[in-house]
Amino acid sequence: MNLHLKVWRQKDAKSAGKLADIEARNIPEDASFLEMLDIVNDDLTGKGEEPIAFDHDCREGICGTCSLSINGVPHGPSETTTCQLYMRKFKDGETIHVEPFRAKTFPVVRDLIVDRSAFDRIQQAGGFITARTGSAQDANCLPVPKVAADAAMEAAACIGCGACVAACPNASAMLFVGAKVSHLALLPQGQAERTSRALKMVRTMDEEGFGNCSNYLECEAVCPADIPASVIARLNREYTVAAVKDGVA
Amino acid sequence: MSAVLDSKIPSGPLSQKWEKHKFESKLINPANRRKYEIIVVGSGLAGASAAASLGEMGYKVKCFCYQDSPRRAHSIAAQGGINAAKNYQNDGDSVQRLFYDTIKGGDFRSREANVYRLAEVSAAIIDQCVAQGVPFAREYGGLLANRSFGGAQVSRTFYARGQTGQQLLLGAYSALNRQIAEKTVEMFPRTEMLDVVLVDGHAKGIVVRDMVTGAITSHAADAVLLCTGGYGNVFYLSTNAKGCNVTASWRAYKRGALFANPCYTQIHPTCIPVAGDYQSKLTLMSESLRNDGRVWVPKKKGDNRKPHEIPDAERDYYLERKYPSFGNLAPRDISSRSAKEACDDGRGVGPGGLGVFLDFADAIKRLGEPTVRERYGNLFDMYHQITGENAYQQPMRIYPAVHYTMGGLWVDYDLMSNIPGLFVLGEANFSDHGANRLGASALMQGLADGYFVLPYTIGNYLAPQIGKRPTTDREEFKRTEADVRARTNRLLGIKGKRTVDHFHRELGRIMWDYCGMARSEKSLQRALAQIPPLREEFWKNVNVPGEGEALNVSLEKAGRVADFLEFGELLCLDAFERRESCGGHFREEFQYPDGEAKRDDSNFQHVAAWGFNGEGAKPTRNVEPLVFEEVHPSVRSYK
Amino acid sequence: MNPISSYLSSSIGRKWIVALTGLGLFGFVVGHMIGNLQVFIGPEPLNRYGHFLQGLGELLWVVRLGLLAMLVAHVVFTIKLRLENRAARGTPYAVTTRRAATLPARMMALSGLMVLCFIVFHLLHFTAQKIDPSFLALHDDKGRHDVYRMMILGFQSKAASGFYVVAVGLLAMHLNHGIGSLFQTLGLNSAKVRPLWEKGGVAFSWLIFLGYASIPVAVLTGVLK
Repeated sequence: MNLHLKVWRQKDAKSAGKLADIEARNIPEDASFLEMLDIVNDDLTGKGEEPIAFDHDCREGICGTCSLSINGVPHGPSETTTCQLYMRKFKDGETIHVEPFRAKTFPVVRDLIVDRSAFDRIQQAGGFITARTGSAQDANCLPVPKVAADAAMEAAACIGCGACVAACPNASAMLFVGAKVSHLALLPQGQAERTSRALKMVRTMDEEGFGNCSNYLECEAVCPADIPASVIARLNREYTVAAVKDGVA
Repeated sequence: MSAVLDSKIPSGPLSQKWEKHKFESKLINPANRRKYEIIVVGSGLAGASAAASLGEMGYKVKCFCYQDSPRRAHSIAAQGGINAAKNYQNDGDSVQRLFYDTIKGGDFRSREANVYRLAEVSAAIIDQCVAQGVPFAREYGGLLANRSFGGAQVSRTFYARGQTGQQLLLGAYSALNRQIAEKTVEMFPRTEMLDVVLVDGHAKGIVVRDMVTGAITSHAADAVLLCTGGYGNVFYLSTNAKGCNVTASWRAYKRGALFANPCYTQIHPTCIPVAGDYQSKLTLMSESLRNDGRVWVPKKKGDNRKPHEIPDAERDYYLERKYPSFGNLAPRDISSRSAKEACDDGRGVGPGGLGVFLDFADAIKRLGEPTVRERYGNLFDMYHQITGENAYQQPMRIYPAVHYTMGGLWVDYDLMSNIPGLFVLGEANFSDHGANRLGASALMQGLADGYFVLPYTIGNYLAPQIGKRPTTDREEFKRTEADVRARTNRLLGIKGKRTVDHFHRELGRIMWDYCGMARSEKSLQRALAQIPPLREEFWKNVNVPGEGEALNVSLEKAGRVADFLEFGELLCLDAFERRESCGGHFREEFQYPDGEAKRDDSNFQHVAAWGFNGEGAKPTRNVEPLVFEEVHPSVRSYK
Repeated sequence: MNPISSYLSSSIGRKWIVALTGLGLFGFVVGHMIGNLQVFIGPEPLNRYGHFLQGLGELLWVVRLGLLAMLVAHVVFTIKLRLENRAARGTPYAVTTRRAATLPARMMALSGLMVLCFIVFHLLHFTAQKIDPSFLALHDDKGRHDVYRMMILGFQSKAASGFYVVAVGLLAMHLNHGIGSLFQTLGLNSAKVRPLWEKGGVAFSWLIFLGYASIPVAVLTGVLK
């Protein structure tokens, strides 16, 4: 199949960018979206032009590196990561807009590559349980009800891709932060730091400049890891309870 | 000149070696630890766990990764689980049994002492991960659940859905984050190591390229840890991430580190078959699928009927037939080879006849679709995305693909390479899996090395090194930096006609065709004859557009492929020289009449560790004899 | 920073204020509707109700000021949040496709603003009675302010009724997203109760619309005279 791409090209963080028209020719239907870009890049390189820079790594939907807003939807139309999006989802001759994930907190590094290190900084603020190597007791000393373990796992499945921020009209990171806070708040191991974790992670999230949640639920709709919006409700609760506890403690 | 290598295995009975060694190892007092700087390259399970643990102990750590965040290292993609000798299932597991299974699984080509230590610390890994909040699967009573895995008859595998690697890595990443926040670890994402710097024969630093700005800089340290993963991408198509590369290991090799057993590559039996030549990567379907799926091909050659039209009597469940006691859970190398045999025999299914069926019809009948969905839902979804087929209604098609590499830089019992101060952890070293790795053991080894082995053993090297850290002003750093710049400029200056990917694909084809699942003297000679001209053409005709002082994806790839083009030759040479079949290394000349691998213990019961002798010169094959005090190498049987 | 200002400067803290004030205002909307619907029973109960409210004296002003404070907080905090939200996007997308956000959700600011304008008019119309000062002179046979006649007269104007119906439509739209959203923000949501809030919110917003709109419609169609 042949496709017309409108791809965001931007030399570096400081330069201005624009949408460029690029033709993708002879693309097999069974190719993934990123393989389509590989083919286009091979073409561009052959013509002496610079290939389109885009983030990707594992190409099996788990590392969270790949991004792209495809026709206005982060990761495109298949509710997976971009690397798991296949060209059979598109029609021959279609025009496809390919843009970077947009958020003030995700500045463009080059072309379609953005800097998502704000997520790392939020995690550094408290997305952990302080458990010094070697100090753990036997793993079965602390039973975790299956329901809690499953719910924690559901939240922990977040791949940190940033699609939630990219999809949110407010560029809010509540789904991401909600997932991490929920994961650890649901486990008995996470109780000791539960209050400070919620306070610190939300504080950092705010300081980074993410928007506020308006409950549009766009984040949930594009999340390739199926993180439910109920983690946001939990975060709202965790944070307020933490603020009260912290205030009166 | 070849040398016999000293692995520095402690004396004494096997079960007491590690205890004894820990006691005898040098300690560094807490106040002195902050005087040491340690470089960790790579942030996967081994790198993140080591950096976090060393940071906690008080060392100053610098951690580097090429990804945009340490959380994205490819350990994250491991699906199935992590082994540990907990014996929570009361099914007769023990340290001794995990040790034995691993040694046997590795076809008696690994070091007893290392493997025993791995089995010993395995239980502590689970404790540590649970304390960090890793949400392992639980039973209704709240205790940990286990499943069985290939090559074992006990259930010792801990798992978190089909995302165990992700959860373990996020656990290690969270520990790392804590240290980054406490400023004991400084993190350098999107930074690629391009060379190691030796000062007076010791590894004292690295040269890196900032992948965003293109700046090439040096970092000095008291010791350097390479936790840079495996080299499976030498085959171009593999289950590795696109960025996985051999560069860090290869640069170390060219500075004098020995490369051990590069020919030990693991071909994973359950991957989604190749669909076309545009394909950029192969996707693994977790081995855990073999717990409930049944592998088969039609009995008749060229049978083109739809799978459900083929009656049971005309199906060959070849693993159950050939290995009745392990059945579909036969180890990876054996399962892969059996699939290849069936396809070579003209009984393969799907496009090009390169595939076998993995059938869940019986499991769905027995357990019901909801249970199957609960166990493997994400894998079935992934299969559906990629192939457009529904595996609840028709069997999956699978085919083996390159997955893991057991070979790696040679290390001693302390995980130190032959270059003092250069430590190698995780998949990047060669030490624990012999010629074949059992499922769910890679995660175990990465975390064992990083959490529980290296933090103890590094003291032996560091103690006498206090105050000896050089600065990057030294001549050695300037020279290495200049080497790196020259190489980068050379790549950019060729301006040839072919893309980097063209060369990578071509190398991959040679490697897979001649040095893949089965190798022979003839095929390896062919590979060894074809790689050097390809490399030559690369350096004449590759096209790397763009500039060095900017984010340049082509340049990154070109550097990695240039190293693969050299490394591939060493891999084939090692495969050529190892005139026996063992584990993942199958030489067609050396097999039993029933097609099983035939080891040659009298001539090859050793580690082959290759030493660099300069460009164009044949490397030296050094040998570390493998001494078995506890187990008796036998013909590996899973029948 | 002291804990309260720290909480109120956080994204979640401010969302809570918007949600709590929204809850309070929603309570008023429901109560006000039930009071007004007495018009269908007849002049006596409605006028008695009106007289009762007037008779509260200072207490009535406490309630009014409370409502005003909630309204102001609701609006001010929302404006703050929205300004931040706009800044958080940075460079806009060339193409956006929405997958989940409902029309009412996307119209929250607009519907809220329109409702605010309506409230001003509505207060002038029926509370301060500035639009038609003759309302002030309406008294029933017991000498109480004749709220019933005021409603009938007020809604006999097609323009006033039309504006009123449109405004309560927008209010219902605001609540359509607002009710479900409120439980989510206050952390009272989960997979189990979510359908209840979402469907309940939509159903409730329709009830509010039908309840309020029924009065002008009844007047214009002559059901109420």
